[in-house]
Amino acid sequence: MEKRIGIEASIAIAEAVGLCDADVVAAYPITPQTHIVEHLSEMVADGHLDAAFVPVESEHSAMSVCCGTSAAGARTFTATSSQGLALMHEILYIASALRLPIVMSVANRAISGPINIWNDHSDVMVERDVGWVQIFCENGQEAVDLTIWAFRLAEDPRVSLPIMVNFDGFIVSHMVEPLFMPDREMVKAFLPPFKPLQRLDIDNPISMGPVGIPDIFTEAKQVQQHLLTQAYQPIVETLGEFAKVFKRQYKPVETYRGDDADVLLLTMGAIGETAMTAVDQRRAKGDKVGLVRLRLWRPFPFEDLFRALGRIPVLGVIDRCISFGGPVGPVACEVKGALYGRKDHPLVVEFVAGLGGRDVTVTDFDKMFDALFEAKRSGKVPAPVLVGLRE
Amino acid sequence: MAYQNARPKWTELAVGTAVTCPGSSRATKTGDWRSARPVWTNEHCVKCGVCVIFCPEGCIQFQADGYPTADLDYCKGCGICPHECPTGCIRMQDEVE
Amino acid sequence: MMHEITFHGRGGQGAVTSAELLALAAIDEGKDARSFPSFGPERRGAPVRAFARVSDQPIRDRTAVRTPSVVLVLDPSLPGLVKVDDGLRADGLMIINSTKSIAELRKLFGFKSRLGVIDANKVAREVIGRVITNTTMLGALVAALPLVKPESIEKRLEERFGRLAAKNIAAFRRAQQECVVQDAV
Repeated sequence: MEKRIGIEASIAIAEAVGLCDADVVAAYPITPQTHIVEHLSEMVADGHLDAAFVPVESEHSAMSVCCGTSAAGARTFTATSSQGLALMHEILYIASALRLPIVMSVANRAISGPINIWNDHSDVMVERDVGWVQIFCENGQEAVDLTIWAFRLAEDPRVSLPIMVNFDGFIVSHMVEPLFMPDREMVKAFLPPFKPLQRLDIDNPISMGPVGIPDIFTEAKQVQQHLLTQAYQPIVETLGEFAKVFKRQYKPVETYRGDDADVLLLTMGAIGETAMTAVDQRRAKGDKVGLVRLRLWRPFPFEDLFRALGRIPVLGVIDRCISFGGPVGPVACEVKGALYGRKDHPLVVEFVAGLGGRDVTVTDFDKMFDALFEAKRSGKVPAPVLVGLRE
Repeated sequence: MAYQNARPKWTELAVGTAVTCPGSSRATKTGDWRSARPVWTNEHCVKCGVCVIFCPEGCIQFQADGYPTADLDYCKGCGICPHECPTGCIRMQDEVE
Repeated sequence: MMHEITFHGRGGQGAVTSAELLALAAIDEGKDARSFPSFGPERRGAPVRAFARVSDQPIRDRTAVRTPSVVLVLDPSLPGLVKVDDGLRADGLMIINSTKSIAELRKLFGFKSRLGVIDANKVAREVIGRVITNTTMLGALVAALPLVKPESIEKRLEERFGRLAAKNIAAFRRAQQECVVQDAV
């Protein structure tokens, strides 16, 4: 039986990792991920979790240890943020190329400079192309649920790839909120023991991570592209299995009051909750506005997005990150790329909001909806908007 | 699977492009990288084994008579053994000679 | 209706803990609630804020509280140093830890809202033996506004404070008696 409890999301995530019986946790503390790792180290020290806790000297080492232990057949977890994720960067590619089903929590935080420890998505957007499954959570419940689900998906023999579970630093990680904490029996029913596709074994030696000469490299990359794209089906299936056991259904793309909307706004992560309040307020005034919440980022859920958009004439996309000197918003760029060449595609209005911990308020969403209605009226797409910028 | 001499389709690659058959290093002779080979003058050799220890390839071994020599199937001619030899009994001889 | 509560304290006084205890008590009662610190580096002694939201309806706001319905000031030196009534709603409530009277506080700082006062330092010193005012201020809060039942807070105090729970509960109860509240002027 699940119990409804009040708990800080970070602590709940650590407890969820414990319920999944992780064998190895190798991590380096960094704000705002710290409470997850602290709590896991306590659980191991107190004997509540039978795992090896490896206190490394950097995130580069953390991910390297994770690769080694996952290759040896251990269920492996780590967590990081921001500069820590950046320091892992080169090893992230190794983990996916070697098909190591590591689960990593990322408490999303800005990348410095200027030095900033607060929430946005500039850390994870850099890691778009590392070949990992990447999913975004809106609240503590999702962060707990999708952490448990992540082990199941990553270890699915059709997938066998690492996965990043993203949730917003501080505004999710440090929030005390009510959630339903799964119990051990339910997790056991959902998550079978880890059976790696292959592992380092002295009785059956293999070499993992050999050189890939030009004659092999293209084929090796095609394997990764194929696997991550094809991971979509197992993702949908395992989310369905999750719903059967835990009675909470998650989809790659969700909508909120989008069916008869005149304009839609696309969000990722926790600001979706505030956006729902803004939608309700506008709807109460008779404005037909709705939300599209993009949960799955890699593999990109093209068909789900097209279904969610329907024949909407105007779509706003909120980015929590800037691609400097480029197309401004990485998510908007991706969405526009997906829509290219489709008949009756919507006008796409780009917003950048909530950089480096700035709150995105109901009033901010209101202004964004105003801009969307203006685009609909005029048929013109305004230049990308930095929400709340002082000019 | 070792790929050096194969041209597999992408669907034929091993998981994570792992090398799944042990012994590929033995099968792949790397001695042809060498432009010079070590030669021992046994009169000056004291069989100390420093060359055996320092060889980065691990291809120098003691023979039955107690003197060391390099396995030329794998020796890459790096020149570390003459550099480390305390008696100076190893010299590098160009392969073209 | 959703209550939004801002806690003003100094680093180390337990503002974050009191926000958390209030939210946990509300969640135990089946309500929706959130609590969170003002995010960032924490410095002992520096003015800090913590926030809580309590509602009968699902809460969908993770932004910092800007227009609180309740303000708790845990440290007597903060009014005048920090604009503690910033954004306080017209029908809101503020409770201040102070030796001053309500009239004096209104005169000194121009507070217009419904105002509560308690000498929480005295209560904490006498009952707990240390000037940690968080549980005392929660007592004053539940006396002035029935946000959560006192029993719900006490249950959480027992869990959180272990062998120090009895003293904290005593301070929590005494504060309910000693808090003085005056309506808005």
